[in-house]
Amino acid sequence: MQSQSTYNYTVVRQFAIMTVVWGIVGMLVGVLIAAQLIWPELNLASWLSYGRLRPLHTNAVIFAFGGSALFATSYYVVQRTCHARLFGGWLPALTFWGWQLVIVLAAVTLPLGMTSGKEYAELEWPIDLLITVVWVSYAIVFFGTVFKRKTPHIYVANWFFGAFILTVAVLHLVNSAAIPVSLTKSYSAYAGVQDAMVQWWYGHNAVGFFLTAGFLGMMYYFIPKQAGRPVYSYRLSVVHFWALIFTYMWAGPHHLHYTALPDWAQSIGMIFSLVLLAPSWGGMINGIMTLSGAWHKLRTDPILKFLVVSLSFYGMSTFEGPMMSIKTVNALSHYTDWTIGHVHSGALGWVGMVTVGSLYYLIPRLFGRTEMHSMKLVTLHFWVATIGIVLYIAAMWIAGVMQGLMWRAVNPDGTLTYAFVESVKATYPYYMVRLLGGTLYFSGMLIMAYNVFKTVAGQKPAESVIPAVSGAHA
Amino acid sequence: MSDFVHDGWSLYIAIITLASLVACAVLLKLMSTSKMAPGEKTGTTGHVWDEDLQEWHNPLPSWWMWLFYITIVFALVYLILYPGLGSYKGYLGWTSTGQYQDEQKQAAATYGPIIDKFLKQDVQTVAANPEAREIGQRLFLNYCAQCHGSDAGGSKGYPNLRDSDWLYGGTPEAIKATLINGRIGAMPPMGAAVGGTEDVRDVAHFVLSISGRTHDSMRAQRGKAKFASTCAACHGLDGKGNQQIGAPNLTDDIWLHGGTEAVIIETIVNGRMNQMPAHKDFLDEGKIHLLTAYVLGFSNQAAK
Repeated sequence: MQSQSTYNYTVVRQFAIMTVVWGIVGMLVGVLIAAQLIWPELNLASWLSYGRLRPLHTNAVIFAFGGSALFATSYYVVQRTCHARLFGGWLPALTFWGWQLVIVLAAVTLPLGMTSGKEYAELEWPIDLLITVVWVSYAIVFFGTVFKRKTPHIYVANWFFGAFILTVAVLHLVNSAAIPVSLTKSYSAYAGVQDAMVQWWYGHNAVGFFLTAGFLGMMYYFIPKQAGRPVYSYRLSVVHFWALIFTYMWAGPHHLHYTALPDWAQSIGMIFSLVLLAPSWGGMINGIMTLSGAWHKLRTDPILKFLVVSLSFYGMSTFEGPMMSIKTVNALSHYTDWTIGHVHSGALGWVGMVTVGSLYYLIPRLFGRTEMHSMKLVTLHFWVATIGIVLYIAAMWIAGVMQGLMWRAVNPDGTLTYAFVESVKATYPYYMVRLLGGTLYFSGMLIMAYNVFKTVAGQKPAESVIPAVSGAHA
Repeated sequence: MSDFVHDGWSLYIAIITLASLVACAVLLKLMSTSKMAPGEKTGTTGHVWDEDLQEWHNPLPSWWMWLFYITIVFALVYLILYPGLGSYKGYLGWTSTGQYQDEQKQAAATYGPIIDKFLKQDVQTVAANPEAREIGQRLFLNYCAQCHGSDAGGSKGYPNLRDSDWLYGGTPEAIKATLINGRIGAMPPMGAAVGGTEDVRDVAHFVLSISGRTHDSMRAQRGKAKFASTCAACHGLDGKGNQQIGAPNLTDDIWLHGGTEAVIIETIVNGRMNQMPAHKDFLDEGKIHLLTAYVLGFSNQAAK
């Protein structure tokens, strides 16, 4: 059969293009809600209000943008490193259309105020069921492809993609367990502090597996490919893979420091978050050291710039995270904009940059070209995005530490020095800088969209033949 | 009280936590055996994927290994000193509740005398004391301004504290009682009791008339009887209200929810439910005394 001798690039192309589209949508909503924090008048209607758009922003960037990127790259990588066409016939197509349907349903129901109220898991139960169907299909396609591989060993990127797919399935099923009362309303199966613990076990592992393990899979393919160098250390891959996926599972309670969660659970969450530092950095070291012998390429290759800077932000966020999980630090940082800064150094810096770098590698190859329409525009995108991130996170760091200090400042008579609203007022300048940073990052995505359009327009979809004999031992 | 329904769970937590930390160390130890001689070049694992993807066989960076070991040792030491291993309380006996109580105690010792010295003075005297008013304002901005506004001017549904109109009375005792126990201002929906839509409108116009607002005098006339039979029980025959139950005076043209015809009709038909939360659980006597004096100081009206 003709189709069996080539890789399935169709679904990869679909997800790759939608990654750019959803990136623009999700970040535009982000820019809007950042502006609403400065000008509350922009809450024009109930369905355009901050409280409803904020979950839309997080869902759109994590699951629509990030999710599409993970589908695209994992499908591409698993085929090319297994020397096998995607398993499951029409299942890959089902995952594409199913996932797009989930995203559209989210974009409709969240502004209408339908929500389960669980952060990063707001979608109501019928959509949760649809997600389950799509995700199980995804697992069948991915692991089916791994099982029918022609290469003797499973490449490291696939370990990470596999761990991400398996764990997200478990997280989604456990945390979304709910008792429906109507088609659009349900209540969590858990109560009180147990509900909070399940929620943050889910929430932090969504960061650990969706936004970390999955994107490390991306990193392990596209960095050695773009640099043209072998991965730095197989041993390091093994240790940091197992340590990372094992340790992340424990870290959730650090979201609930100084709450009704028992002290022992808070302590365990904290110490495992600290232990997580080295396994996280393992990935950064392995990626960055892969460039040894190819450092000069960083000067001229904007795709490598994206990939390497993403790892730098990854290293920074995964140092900051364990530090913020220490109870005494958390007492200052919790509930402030520092947390927002931390999340965005990971989201814009790590997830966004590694995705964009990988797409700039991937998209030309999916459309029969050797590189993007304009590498100058790729460079421009890199600088616009980098400056945007720096402005964003620096503003949120300063704002967050300032808020934390203002909230705890005490007069000689024991009363609080600042009323809450004074800390809000003091934050306005930083909200302006954040909006500017976010707008820059968003403009970078527009540059990318233009470049992608010019790259793709008029091109025939590329086909790639699967090597007949496995190149196991070159 | 134990956090566990059964001691077995405590043991389970302790064992699985320690075993996990040890497992991390063992994994690290197992994978860190190979060392390279100085100047030795590493090879690849020999595996190749997708034409050119390979992996070097480099050993683990030693600074990274030590970083990993140090965090594991820190974790173990922490678990000896602090609660973590199930019901084991930790060598230091620290709890977050204990830390909170200690800080409360320390604050009480440091700031208590500054606040409590005003307890010896009556509210009127405190209200006239500039130092007490400054402390009172700081307390007000943190505990009261969210609803009553930073100038105490109130807003829709939240009483203005600067006028001399009091729902529950403006004596120091009444203000203090409001702060300590809170208030629940409930007006039941009266639409059905008053009658049909036209009857409700009539009563609304009567209310407009006694507050001196423009009204339809025919309607007000008709509404007067309805008011007497259904509203007067709380608001009084003359509409001057009843501070015992917090029923507002309707004749002073001061409105909690609004004084237009439409809003008055809405109030009659749907009722109102207002709540001022009790503050006794998080403000001590001295602070409530200062706040009482601060609020009293707004009002031109001297205590009755």
